[in-house]
Amino acid sequence: MDEPQHETHDFDVVVIGAGGAGLRAAIEAKARGLRTALVCKSLLGKAHTVMAEGGAAAALGNVWPEDNWQVHFRDTMRGGKMLNNWRMAELHAKEAPDRIYELERWGALFDRTEDGRITQRDFGGHRYARLAHVGDRTGLELIRTLQQRAVGVGIDVFMEVKIVRLLSGADGQVNAAVGYWRPSGEVVVFRAKAFVLATGSLGKSWKYTSNSWESTGDGVAMAAWAGADLIDMEFVQFHPTGMVWPLSVRGILVTEGVRGDGGVLRNSEGERFMFDYIPPMFAAETADSIEEADRWYDDHINNRRPPELLPRDEVARSINSEVKNGRGSPHGGVFLDIASRRSAEYIRRRLPSMYHQFKELAGVDITAEPMEVGPTCHYAMGGVRVDPDTAATTVPGLFAAGEVAAGLHGSNRLGGNSLSDLLVFGRRAGIGASDFAEAQSAEPALDDGALHEAVADVLAPLERSGGESPYDIHHDLQETMQDLVGIIRTESELRQALEELTKLRERAARVSVEGGRAYNPGWNLATDLPAMLTVSTLVATGAVNRKESRGGHTRDDYAGPDPEFGKVNLVQRVSRDGEFTVASEPLPQMPPELATLFEETH
Amino acid sequence: MGDVTMNVWRGDPDGGEFAEYVMPEVEGEVVLDVVHRIQAGPAPDLACRWNCKAGKCGSCSAEINGLPRLMCMTRMDELPPGEPVTVAPMRTFPVIRDLVTDVSFNYTMARQVPPLAPRAPEADGTYRMQQVDVERGQEFRKCIECFMCQNVCHVIRDHEENKAHYAGPRLFIRYMELESHPLDTNDRRELLRERMGIGLCNITKCCTEVCPEHIKITDNAIIPLKERVVDASYDPIAWLGRKILRRGRRSAAEAAEDAPAFRSPTLADEQAPAPASSAGG
Repeated sequence: MDEPQHETHDFDVVVIGAGGAGLRAAIEAKARGLRTALVCKSLLGKAHTVMAEGGAAAALGNVWPEDNWQVHFRDTMRGGKMLNNWRMAELHAKEAPDRIYELERWGALFDRTEDGRITQRDFGGHRYARLAHVGDRTGLELIRTLQQRAVGVGIDVFMEVKIVRLLSGADGQVNAAVGYWRPSGEVVVFRAKAFVLATGSLGKSWKYTSNSWESTGDGVAMAAWAGADLIDMEFVQFHPTGMVWPLSVRGILVTEGVRGDGGVLRNSEGERFMFDYIPPMFAAETADSIEEADRWYDDHINNRRPPELLPRDEVARSINSEVKNGRGSPHGGVFLDIASRRSAEYIRRRLPSMYHQFKELAGVDITAEPMEVGPTCHYAMGGVRVDPDTAATTVPGLFAAGEVAAGLHGSNRLGGNSLSDLLVFGRRAGIGASDFAEAQSAEPALDDGALHEAVADVLAPLERSGGESPYDIHHDLQETMQDLVGIIRTESELRQALEELTKLRERAARVSVEGGRAYNPGWNLATDLPAMLTVSTLVATGAVNRKESRGGHTRDDYAGPDPEFGKVNLVQRVSRDGEFTVASEPLPQMPPELATLFEETH
Repeated sequence: MGDVTMNVWRGDPDGGEFAEYVMPEVEGEVVLDVVHRIQAGPAPDLACRWNCKAGKCGSCSAEINGLPRLMCMTRMDELPPGEPVTVAPMRTFPVIRDLVTDVSFNYTMARQVPPLAPRAPEADGTYRMQQVDVERGQEFRKCIECFMCQNVCHVIRDHEENKAHYAGPRLFIRYMELESHPLDTNDRRELLRERMGIGLCNITKCCTEVCPEHIKITDNAIIPLKERVVDASYDPIAWLGRKILRRGRRSAAEAAEDAPAFRSPTLADEQAPAPASSAGG
C-alpha cells in the first residue's frame, strides 16, 4: 500500500486558535524572530473574541485613582471564591494595564475620559470602574487590533484549518499537530518545536449557549489526549443575561455593561429582586437599599454597589430561582430594564450593538421597553493546567492560554477579566513557547503510526455508511448537558449524565456522513464530536466529585461552600485507553504579603 | 404555522444550481436558522459559514432574494410571505462550495496596508486623545468584515481584472481610519492612487447601502480619501512642502515598505494549497 502523502509544514512555534490569546501569543513568538504559524478553524478575525462586548479589565486608575493592581487582584480572587491560582491572578492584575496601552500603540481606539485618557466602565464584582471599552463592541476592537498587528508583522496564517490531534515523540514531547483544510478536506500536518493551544471555549455542548459552533473544547480534549493535567473542569459559567426570545436566538449574550451602565433586573412583579439574594461574602460591599444603589453610580466612595453587579454566578442563580418560583417573564426569563433609567440617547451611545441586536432579532426597542433575559452557558473556568509564569502545560512542548487554560478565574470569572486574560497570558504563552523552542536543537521526528491513526479516525465518518447523523448526536448531547449538567446540579442527574455520555460516545464511534471532504459541515461536526464528548465527560466528572456549591458549580444536594473543598483543585487526566481519573490536590499557597489584602472588611 | 420554501444554491467551482427545500415555518427565525435546519435534515453537507449568529462577526454573508444580507440578521418574517426565499453565495468571490466563497482577495489586500506608525507618546508613556477625535476612526472600526461592500462594488463585481489593483470599499475605510487616526504618521496617499485604485470608484454608494453596520463608506471614507489623494498629487505647494519639510510624515514609498505584502513574496502566497486558505491575514 502506498503511504499517503500529507502536506507538511515546519515551524518553530505553532499557535492553534486565532482569538485574542492566540493572536497575542503569535505576535510575541514572531517578535522573537521565530518561524511562527497561526492556525484557526474560521476566517481570521471571526474567532469568539469578536463577540466580547463589555470591555477589558485593567486597573489603569483613569476614572477612579483609588484603583490599583492589588484591588483588582483581590476582586478577581474573591469573584473566583478564592479557588483561583493566586500567581496567575497577581500577574494578570499587574500586567493588564500594560497590555491595554500596548493595544493603543497598535491602533486600538478606546473610548476616552474628558481629559483624553482611556475611560473605564463598571462591571460586576469590580470595586471600581475598570473596563477599558469601545461602546459594547470591545471584543471586535481587540481582535481587529491584534489581527492587524499580526498581519503587519507578517505572521503566516492558516485559515479554516481544523486541528484534530496532537502527536508526541517517544519522550512525550508534543511535536506535531494533525488537521485538515476545511475548504478542501485535505490533511495537513504541522511540525514544530513548541505548540500553543489558544482554542477557547467548550460551550457548544449546551443547548442554550452564547458560544459559536467553534467552541467545541478542541484544545482541552487534545491536551487531555496528549496526557496533560486538567483542573477545575466542573466550573462552567452561566452568564446571567442571555436573550430568551425568540427561541432561535435564545442564549445570545446581553452584555453585563447594561447593568454596569445603570440597568436593573426585575421580576414579573416589578421588584428589583437582587436585593433578596445578597450573599454574606459580599454583604459588606453591596447596597441594601434602592436609594444607596442608585447613588453609587455617581459616588462609588460613599455608597455600596447595586446587587445587580454581584459576580455572575450569584446573579445567574438568583434569576434561576425567580423563574423557578413563578416570578419570571413571559418567555421564562426576567426583565432587564435600562429604558426607564437612562435616556434613549445614552443607551444608543453606550450600548449600540445591544440596541441593534434586540431591535433586529427580537423586535424590542431597549430604549423604550425592558429586555427579557435568562442564564446562558458562556465560559469555562476550567481547562488545561498551566504554569502561571510560562503558560506551560504538564506536557513538554505544549503551552496554553486564554479560555482553554485554567487557574486565573478560580470557580467563577468576573466580567472583563477574560479579554485581559487573553492579552496577559497570550503574551506569556508566546514567551514561554519561544523560550522552549529556542532551547530545542533537533528537528521534531514525526510518529508516522500515530499520524496514520489520526488521519484514519478523522476520515472514518466519510467511509462509513448507514451510521447515525452527527447532527442527531450533537442535539442529544446538548439536551443531556442542558438538562443534567446545567446551572443547578445534583448527584443522581450527574450520574445519569455520565451514563448518557458513555452511550453518546458509543454512538459517535459509529457516526457516518454524506458528501465529500470539501467544505462539508456534517463531516466537520463529526470530527468535532470526540472533543465535545471528552470535555462534557470531564465537566460531568468534575461536577459529580465536587460535593459543594461554589462559583460556577451549584449542587442542589450540597448547598453552600465546603471549606475542605475550598482548599483543593480537582485534577483530571485521560489515559491512553480513554479512562478518566480524578484526584484532588491542594491549591498553591498565597504568600503572606498577598494574603493580607483579604484582611480588610470592605 | 405553515411551510417555507427555500431555494438554496448548491454547487462548486464547476457550477451548480438552486435546490429547493420545503421546511416547516418556525416563529422568530432568521434565514440562518432555516439553513441550519436544512443541514440537520435534508442536506447535511450544505456548506455555509457562520460564527456568532448575532451580527458581530460578519461570516454569514449571502445574497438573499438577490440582495446581500447577513443570514443571521435577516428575519424570515420580514421577507415576502408565501414566496420562496432564494439564498445564493456572494457573486464577486469565487465559489468554494454552496454558500461558501473564496474571500482571500480581501485578506490579500489587507496585507498591503501599511500599518499604523504611531507618534511618540506623552511623557508618562501613554497617549491623550479626545473622544471626538477617536470617534472618526471608531466609525470605520465598527466594520465586521462581512465583505458585502466588496461584493456589490461594480469595479470588481463585473471586472475580475480590476482585483489586481483595487483595494475596494472595505479597505478604503481601513485606509481612511488610519489617515484620520490621531496617532498615525504614515502617508498612504500615493499608494492609494497608484496601487489601490481609489480613482476607480465612481461613487455609486452601493457599498454604503449594504453595510450592516451603517458605516457611511462613501461619504466619510472614499470621498475624503479621493480629496486627500488629489490634494497630495496636484497641489504644488503641498508637493513642495512634502519635499522640503516632510511634515514629520513618511513618504508613500516608506509607508509601502511597512506593509508585509510589499516586503517580500509571502509564504502564504506561494504555498496556498486550497482556495481561501493560508491568506496571511
